[in-house]
Amino acid sequence: MNAAGFPLLSLLTFLPLVGALIILTVRGDEKIVASNARWTALWTSVITFALSLILWVQFDKSTADFQFVERLSWMPNLGLNYVMGVDGISVLFVLLATFLTPLCILASWEAITTRVREYMIAFLVLETMMVGMFCALDFVLFYVFFEAVLIPMFLIIGVWGGARRVYAAFKFFLYTLLGSVLMLLAILLLWYRAGTTDIVQLMSTPMPAEMQTWVFLAFFASFAVKVPMWPVHTWLPDAHVEAPTAGSVILAGVLLKMGAYGFLRFSLPLLPEASAMFAPFMFTLSVVAVIYTSFVALAQEDMKKLIAYSSVAHMGIVTLGIFTFNAQGLSGALYTMLSHGIVSGALFLCVGVLYDRVHSREIARYGGIAKVMPAYALVFMLFTMGSVALPGLAGFPGELLVIVGAWRVNPWVALGAATGMVLGAAYMLYLYRRVAFGRIQRDELRALFDMSPREHAIFAPLVIMTLWMGIYPQSFLDFFAASVAQLVSRHEAALGAARLAGM
Amino acid sequence: MFVGAVFFPLLGATLAGFFGRWLGDRASQWVTVLCMALAAFCGVSAFIQVALGHAPAVIEIVTFIDVAGFEVNWALRYDTLSVVMVAMVTFISTLIHIYSVGYMSHDPTTPRFFAYLSLFTFMMLMLVTADNLVQLFFGWEGVGLASYLLIGYWYEKESANRAAMKAFIVNRVGDVFFMLGLALTYWTFGTVEFATMFAGIDQHLGDTFLGMRSLEVIGVLLFLGACGKSAQLGFHTWLPDAMEGPTPVSALIHAATMVTAGVFLVARMSPIFEQAPVALTIVTIVGASTCLFAATIGCVQNDIKRIIAYSTCSQLGYMFFAAGVGAYQGAIFHLFTHAFFKALLFLGAGSVIHAMSDEQDIRKMGGIWRKIPATYAVMWVGSLALAGVPFFAGYYSKDFVLEAAYASHTAAGMFAFICGCIAAFLTAFYSWRLIILTFHGEPRADHHTMEHVHESPWTMLVPLVLLAIGAVAVGALFVEYFVGHEWEAFWNGSIVNGAANHIMHAVHEVPSWVPLAPTVIAIAGILLAYVMYMAAPQLPAMLAARFHGIYLLLLNKWYFDELYDRIFVRPARRLAYMLWKVGDARIIDGMPNGVAALVLEGTRGAVRVQSGRVASYAFSMIIGLVVFVTIFLLGATR
Repeated sequence: MNAAGFPLLSLLTFLPLVGALIILTVRGDEKIVASNARWTALWTSVITFALSLILWVQFDKSTADFQFVERLSWMPNLGLNYVMGVDGISVLFVLLATFLTPLCILASWEAITTRVREYMIAFLVLETMMVGMFCALDFVLFYVFFEAVLIPMFLIIGVWGGARRVYAAFKFFLYTLLGSVLMLLAILLLWYRAGTTDIVQLMSTPMPAEMQTWVFLAFFASFAVKVPMWPVHTWLPDAHVEAPTAGSVILAGVLLKMGAYGFLRFSLPLLPEASAMFAPFMFTLSVVAVIYTSFVALAQEDMKKLIAYSSVAHMGIVTLGIFTFNAQGLSGALYTMLSHGIVSGALFLCVGVLYDRVHSREIARYGGIAKVMPAYALVFMLFTMGSVALPGLAGFPGELLVIVGAWRVNPWVALGAATGMVLGAAYMLYLYRRVAFGRIQRDELRALFDMSPREHAIFAPLVIMTLWMGIYPQSFLDFFAASVAQLVSRHEAALGAARLAGM
Repeated sequence: MFVGAVFFPLLGATLAGFFGRWLGDRASQWVTVLCMALAAFCGVSAFIQVALGHAPAVIEIVTFIDVAGFEVNWALRYDTLSVVMVAMVTFISTLIHIYSVGYMSHDPTTPRFFAYLSLFTFMMLMLVTADNLVQLFFGWEGVGLASYLLIGYWYEKESANRAAMKAFIVNRVGDVFFMLGLALTYWTFGTVEFATMFAGIDQHLGDTFLGMRSLEVIGVLLFLGACGKSAQLGFHTWLPDAMEGPTPVSALIHAATMVTAGVFLVARMSPIFEQAPVALTIVTIVGASTCLFAATIGCVQNDIKRIIAYSTCSQLGYMFFAAGVGAYQGAIFHLFTHAFFKALLFLGAGSVIHAMSDEQDIRKMGGIWRKIPATYAVMWVGSLALAGVPFFAGYYSKDFVLEAAYASHTAAGMFAFICGCIAAFLTAFYSWRLIILTFHGEPRADHHTMEHVHESPWTMLVPLVLLAIGAVAVGALFVEYFVGHEWEAFWNGSIVNGAANHIMHAVHEVPSWVPLAPTVIAIAGILLAYVMYMAAPQLPAMLAARFHGIYLLLLNKWYFDELYDRIFVRPARRLAYMLWKVGDARIIDGMPNGVAALVLEGTRGAVRVQSGRVASYAFSMIIGLVVFVTIFLLGATR
């Protein structure tokens, strides 16, 4: 069957759903229901994470093939199958999703007080969809998960969000849905041509260059919104600002990776010529994203908005790395995606810690926090530095590799990406200075408590990951080395073939 | 031993940083001092083994990154160049840790201070022992972080926070170039590891990049990175502001060690710079300009620490132009001696500030030399060494540097020689201006402060005395090894002089007036300071009034801060605000919101359909189903 001996990926995908069903059956006093829901959600997600560690241990790093593959016939007449499997590109994202979910549930422990049961259900459903999306090897299956992620997220923002939550939720939903509709058309086209939507088979079905262009644009419409790339990024700051803390963590940590993952999984291997053709366009958008959104971040007055804009800038680095088509750039992009998942998730949690105490995200209301919350200040500093890609922390290896890879393609693009280093330092340190440094001016801040044991428990794994990813990145890079190498060689082969055909 | 020298400071930082609360202030101070002492012991033994015993070593630890040939390892490279730095850094850092025990005794969060200080030392050691550019960059940014944290150590002070941020960001600008230089190095040599890179230089001499020789471009990019860290002209603005940090920090980071990292980088990359004459010329000119420029500002500043900061900036200029003319050994020698006497001067200044109840303005000092004789004496020693008065440490290195500039017989070299001589005069002048204004004359502080003037505790005096001994002795002691007859055996190939570069020999063949010049100039400078501030104290004010324009220009540091504020900071702020409010809010968001408004208009009519009655919904669903089934069947039968 596969390396685990049982359908591990399906188990990982649907176990949270089982947890959600259990929560659904709980009846009784509101308080007891809430407490039960919390504990069930936590245990479910912890068990899921523990199971997902099997992937970490048993994943064969030496091959670029799909592993842990499961295949069930779904709609045989239409050539649709239920196919699950992971390769080096997706396996760590599965782990990222299962790693962040328990932390998010812990982070919502006290912050969410209304409709706890529904909230926990939404979160578990969200986990199912995220894991399923990264495991799906059938394009239609992928599409189902890809779109279904929106629903729980839409609810999380719209129900448990801030003051303008409805506007933000709709903006989020409509933006991302609009792009996806075009992708659905493209998928239908692929299916019509190849008679299957199995990703592995699609990869071996070449496509005429003309058609590639149109399909690329359709994919682009969907993925670019999800990344988000400039100029379709404005849904993100609004969504982040209004989402509850844990929602922001998942949004930044996992959902933003879906777009870039889509580019890696579909655009690059299926549409090599169009990808090469559009690379300059993608570089331009990426560099603009890095510089433009960094500047915008500099002017923000809301902590979450600032970090949201910084996410757009970081994702600019990612898309830039993807379209370098060389091993360094691609590995750097993947690494930045992972590290950004950890670091920006942690930064949103940091904001959440303050929000839970003061109920404001406005930067100007803070100042001098380091005096009363030294442990928090240390943690916040660590992630701030992680975000500005200080060597030795998670952000650096990815950025280094992307810049090295980009230099190969075009030094000016590398320079553009590198300017992000300066601007990133500027806005993050400016944020930190206004929040943590200075003299405390407001009395309400004087009485703040430092982090609670629960908060320590949330941050400890993130701190460890940030340091680990910074000091020993090779342990992660090993996972996708083979897959990236294959991606590069196939891409070059495809371009070579196209060139031959052109002659 | 090799590992210990680097990792003991990290141990100390971890203990004090994470367990400081349980250990208590006293214990965490002494724990870090103990760790540093162990590191210093290891560092000095490594120096004896590697530099004097000629036994270089590389210790590989673990793979850091390996992506399709881009291979980077964590490794410790011990050759003479790095071991000179390791020994110097650990030794001076230990003294400064001890000094800080006394200096920071009134501070409420000392464990934090000592953790930062040890962390800095660790990063600095990682920098100098790196065996590839990426690890060097790790240390490079790491010392930047530590410097940021320490400048902003008193985070309740707004000016300190501002200075810390400025230091980090200006450094980052330099780091961008470093990063790009690293990328080009990789694509030129296929590696970023020093040994392999240097071995492959001959094959890549002719490589070009955008029409320029790759090696030249690498040289210039890395030098721009070095400029950021070493506060060279244009990038220097952060260094004086960095004096907001506690004085031991200024001594350790902003005088003895971190700011010299740029010089170290140029020396480390000497095989590449040797093949990049244009880059070297740029190094020479920038270094020479900085050394003169900073010295002119130092003459009119009134903050005791800022004067020394500009002096540091100026001395870094000396090191750079020494490297620029190919005398890397001389640059490192000056770096080495400078570390002793400049740390001494800063710590001495700290002792003065401590005695004067935290006063830093030399206009409010004076007449205190009898009350703090030990501090007074060590300040003299430091200044004598700085001015390059014979037989003090600075004499040997500065003399060598100036001779090398002269001996290079190039236009840039002569420019450097002239700048260096003028700067030497100014150096002597401002050093004695500082001494006279601080210690002599009528007391200008208020009565209350004067009553409290006291000599520092032994924890501060012992390091001062040891450094003073160093400032006297290290020049004479090491001159033969660094730049004298034994230089070839001593450096053992860790610094490369190209085949055409005979500067190390040419230095000894300059006309006899050249070695004498610096000494004469220095004494002239001292005399001028004496005349202006002791004999005729009304003279400075008169001159300032007479040459008001020049005075203001110097006092305001050539208006660099104002200029940068005008062309970088403020436009960036405005642009940021504009992009947000106009670009994002109005243009990008305007479109979908406008569409939404249109759609809203259009759907007013459609609203009527949504009556909310389940029956009508069910009906329309059935209709729809029928339509779809029909279409499907039609398709199937065809």
